[in-house]
Amino acid sequence: MNLRGVRTLYAFEMARWFRTLAQSIISPVVTTSLYFVVFGAAIGARIQEIDGVAYGAFIVPGLIMLMVLTQSTQNASFGIFFPRFSGTVYEILAAPVSAFEVVMGFVGAAATKAIILGLIILATATLFVEMQIAHPVFMLLFMALTAITFSLMGFIIGIWADGFEKLSFVPMLIVMPLAFLGGTFYSIDMLPPAWQTVTLFNPVFYLISAFRWSFFGTSDIGVGVSLAMIALFLAVALAVVAWIFRTGYRLRD
Amino acid sequence: MTPQAAERPGEDGAPALSVRGLHKTYESGFQALRTVDLEIRRGEIFALLGPNGAGKTTLISIICGIVRPSGGQVEVNGHDIVRDWRRARSLIGLVPQELTTDSFEKVRDTVAFSRGLYGCRPDPAHIEHVLRALSLWDKRDAQMRTLSGGMKRRVLIAKALAHEPELLFLDEPTAGVDVELRRDMWALVRELREQGVTIVLTTHYIEEAEEMADRVGVINHGQIILVERKDTLMQKLGRKRLALQLQTPLLAIPDALTHLELELADDGHQLIYTFDTQAERTGITRLLQDLSSAGIRFSDMHTEQSTLEEIFVDLVRRES
Repeated sequence: MNLRGVRTLYAFEMARWFRTLAQSIISPVVTTSLYFVVFGAAIGARIQEIDGVAYGAFIVPGLIMLMVLTQSTQNASFGIFFPRFSGTVYEILAAPVSAFEVVMGFVGAAATKAIILGLIILATATLFVEMQIAHPVFMLLFMALTAITFSLMGFIIGIWADGFEKLSFVPMLIVMPLAFLGGTFYSIDMLPPAWQTVTLFNPVFYLISAFRWSFFGTSDIGVGVSLAMIALFLAVALAVVAWIFRTGYRLRD
Repeated sequence: MTPQAAERPGEDGAPALSVRGLHKTYESGFQALRTVDLEIRRGEIFALLGPNGAGKTTLISIICGIVRPSGGQVEVNGHDIVRDWRRARSLIGLVPQELTTDSFEKVRDTVAFSRGLYGCRPDPAHIEHVLRALSLWDKRDAQMRTLSGGMKRRVLIAKALAHEPELLFLDEPTAGVDVELRRDMWALVRELREQGVTIVLTTHYIEEAEEMADRVGVINHGQIILVERKDTLMQKLGRKRLALQLQTPLLAIPDALTHLELELADDGHQLIYTFDTQAERTGITRLLQDLSSAGIRFSDMHTEQSTLEEIFVDLVRRES
């Protein structure tokens, strides 16, 4: 195994992120802080507790998950799209690194960035609301699994996209709405029965539900079901990436 | 003419590059390579010549792992590029035709990145040596976007040399670079050859191949139509021209000399005789006798060899 190659790709991607630190970290933190101010303080003060949790605290896991989902997808998609766009991907294709190693480098870096941002958002949240984490290990596990799964999805988007338009299409028009409708700001119990059923088809709902459980010990759906769903998404994403490398889709003619 | 096998294989018997029955048809149906057989021996400079779209870049891309072959076999120093891809690829360095660089990376970082990607442990001394050899040391902390085209080309070469490859592909290495840089690159290529690196060079500048190559391969319509030592090729296919500076200019070639392959140049001041160097008789003695008989006197004479470019153009035209 070419671990140095993996480390090189990983370090390269992380260095690119640190080079644009202001854009990479400050912008998401400011955005999320605004969510806290608007939904947590302004509107949240008028909303009663949900499952015994103050609304301001209730939305924290959802907001962290929103950030992890979007950042994983964006970072991984841009990470592989840019070398394809600039032509420098030739070097990766010609190097003695396997498909799995390439994925480890790119997806590992994208997931790391998303996790760092998630933790920064968590730290920021403690400035606005009182927080306690019931299951910290599970919290980290769910965050990591989500970051990896959506980084894989971002990697797939980065391979599929043949222009910047497509690159932002999925994160903005699919991931973001799914995150908003997956219970970031509300409990599924607050919806009419028909919409509760519709929500069950939203994959992001399971991620947020499980993540919220790790904070408060309560969730809309069983943690086991959520974990199984996350594992399923991970397996599907891995299968698609494996197919991409087997067929050379948009990478090798 | 058929492609020739390597004249001198490597120490362990395997040539630097062995291509057998390689063919490639793209999804669009375009057949970029028909059946390519080629062997390149270690330590040589091999020039691959061919017109645009002949299949040069496809051939190189397959060998380097960037394009998938439709069939056939490629071995690098005896390592199959499919079965033993990791070892095979670690031996290859590629300088692509396009100036593809990461604009915001610094020169030293991008070269170190290439070395790491190939799994080599960091070696700042080697990176420094490569950068100095390519006159890039002063630019080591410059971002790629600030460099000129010629400098970027040098960085691409530095990147290809970062992991100390044994087989180096230079795909149009001097396209768009000035004469001085071109000569620097030729010197570098020769230095690499002295260090034992095998070099495969594609170029549009036939002068480049003529200057550097040990052997020349010509590819056209996805097929290798000739592989030959450069000297032998020039000797075999080259035609020589004998130029005679006339004392008195001629308006036309006298009837007594029309049986010879003659032409007038320089407003009748020069008589050009073209002959085949490989022919049993060149006809020069007969020409001089006939000129004397016709009373034509000359003040000077010299011969010129066909250039590789003329040979190449002639070959491709004949194939077409």
